[in-house]
Amino acid sequence: MLLEAIRLALRSIFRNKLRSFLTILGVVIGVAAVIAMVTVGQGSSAQVSASVESLGSDVLVIRPGQRGFGPPSGGTPVRRFNLRDADALAELTRLRAVAPQATSSETVVYGNANTSTSITGTNEAWAEISGWTFASGRNLTANEARSGAAVCVIGQTVREKLFGAADPVGQQIRVKAIACQVVGLLEEKGAGSFGQDQDDIVVMPIRLVQRRLNGNDDVSTIQAAVADNVPTEAAIAQIEDLMRERRKIGFGQEDDFSVTDMKELASMLNSVNSVLSGMLSSVAAVSLLVGGIGIMNIMLVSVTERTREIGIRLAIGATGRQVLTQFLVEAVVLSLMGGVIGILVGLALAWGAGVFMAIPFTPSAPVIALAFCFSAVVGVVFGYFPARRAAQMDPIEALRHQ
Amino acid sequence: MVDATPPLIEFRKVSRIYGTGEAEVRALDGVDLQICRGEFVAIMGPSGSGKSTAMNIIGCLDRPSAGDYLFEGTPVQDLSPDALALLRRHYLGFVFQGFNLLPRSSAQENVELPMIYKGLPAAERIARARSALAKVGLDGREHHQPSQLSGGQQQRVAIARALAGDPMVILADEPTGNLDSHRSHEILLLLQELNRKDGITIVMVTHEPDIAAYAKRLVIFTDGKIVKDEPVTAAATETAAEAV
Ligand SMILES: Nc1ncnc2c1ncn2[C@@H]1O[C@H](COP(=O)(O)OP(=O)(O)OP(=O)(O)O)[C@@H](O)[C@H]1O
Ligand SMILES: [Mg+2]
Repeated sequence: MLLEAIRLALRSIFRNKLRSFLTILGVVIGVAAVIAMVTVGQGSSAQVSASVESLGSDVLVIRPGQRGFGPPSGGTPVRRFNLRDADALAELTRLRAVAPQATSSETVVYGNANTSTSITGTNEAWAEISGWTFASGRNLTANEARSGAAVCVIGQTVREKLFGAADPVGQQIRVKAIACQVVGLLEEKGAGSFGQDQDDIVVMPIRLVQRRLNGNDDVSTIQAAVADNVPTEAAIAQIEDLMRERRKIGFGQEDDFSVTDMKELASMLNSVNSVLSGMLSSVAAVSLLVGGIGIMNIMLVSVTERTREIGIRLAIGATGRQVLTQFLVEAVVLSLMGGVIGILVGLALAWGAGVFMAIPFTPSAPVIALAFCFSAVVGVVFGYFPARRAAQMDPIEALRHQ
Repeated sequence: MVDATPPLIEFRKVSRIYGTGEAEVRALDGVDLQICRGEFVAIMGPSGSGKSTAMNIIGCLDRPSAGDYLFEGTPVQDLSPDALALLRRHYLGFVFQGFNLLPRSSAQENVELPMIYKGLPAAERIARARSALAKVGLDGREHHQPSQLSGGQQQRVAIARALAGDPMVILADEPTGNLDSHRSHEILLLLQELNRKDGITIVMVTHEPDIAAYAKRLVIFTDGKIVKDEPVTAAATETAAEAV
């Protein structure tokens, strides 16, 4: 009987293809929105936690300028750090390692191949702090970092562009006027929290970058690893005390630098993520509600149109329950179709967004199952009223209709 | 003499009133009627005399405004809509005056419909529907929709639908209204055979005396009342024809 009802429902749905499609559009949009949101949200939080893990233990980032995202606002120019700041920080008891960074953006050349990439000048501690490992070759040494030797470590993306599959270690690449020997190849890290390609990188001794590329002594940021068994807050306090003293910031004056805890940043990103997807999910819920009302509306029209059919069925011996089942099944089949199409569209959207924003595509089976069940529930809830109206018809009245 | 088994169909002072006040129409006006198992009753009467109204009440589609209708001794007005549906499903086969076929289903599907509600397995349903369609001369037309069939063919589909479910009673409202006389006689022979061989009770409305002549009993309605109720003889059908 149920099978029969499903067959009948499919028939009447396909008899009116355009109308059925428009009817389920609301459910399609609602479900697609939920699926896309949740899938993208899960992908990006998976990525945030992966990049936090790749940072290793508690990493602090010290930047010149006041706290906040984005470039410092105009007005007073920011006072830069220099290598003496980094050396002073390295003396602090609550820090385990310190890596100053100076960056530049250059074209690197090997033979006929060239690529423009970001150059990071830093010291030997950098690899451990930022959680890099080596695919081949070695890290910069402390001596190379101090002296500004013409050596470098390259990321996988740069390797691919310059060397293809070949081993770059021992080769000379050219950056502006510097002929620089590749001593190490980094292991692949993938996309970062903001979708940037972390492997598109060349790392050199900081003095080399300062002198030969940037032409100044500036250090743009300093990364520091908190010593074992030291609370992050204590390390931050120590850093702030030192830097205020060095930069002669008077009592009551605000810091002109910031210390960011990467773990904190990650959890903030995650909570922004979940607030966003929560908001979008409620939009999706509203759209599902509207979709349900659309289904109810069309089912009511359908019941009225088919009054005579209902009369014939009742006259021939269908019970009210059977008529109810028939129309309820039709509503549920309609909304399930909407749900399935919505799931497919949502997954496609999430996949596209993932490619676009360099976020991993992580479809979640429970979420898909939930969306499927939810669309069935929409069908039952909004199909019930029209179906009951059909079931309660008086056979003789229905037969006499039009 | 007291009969132990009650009549299959019994009207006790049944009235069916449409509308109220000025517009009141007494489609049936205090009708008493008993039909027993195995009877073949023809109902005749002028248009508007209440024949279809009576058929609807017999078929448990409509209820009397006053009086009692007993089916196998059970007062039908006490039954719930679902109980009535089950009664229609298991005991009654309808041939409606307006055919009442599902417009977008094939002849075959229309004939299968009552058997679907009876819960017959698909294979049996299909076989029975085919043979019923063959009996009314529609083999080869199984997959035509009503809109692709002539009026007479649609009428025969409706007849096949009533037969196929193996009912105890067939209620046929002008089953031959759209058929030529040759086809009409074939159908009537079929009904007669069902009545004789299988003991199916048949109540049939008709305007044609030669069709009524196939029945065993003739009931004549005028203005919502039974004016004549007698066994069928050639003379009876002739006088009925004059009355109509
Ligand atoms: N739904 C209705 N509302 C009001 N009056 C009705 C309704 N149905 C039937 N009637 C009236 O009841 C009377 C009997 O109608 P009925 O259909 O039983 O006639 P009939 O004997 O079957 O006629 P015909 O031979 O033309 O089919 C008619 O006067 C008709 O106008
Ligand atoms: Mg009539």
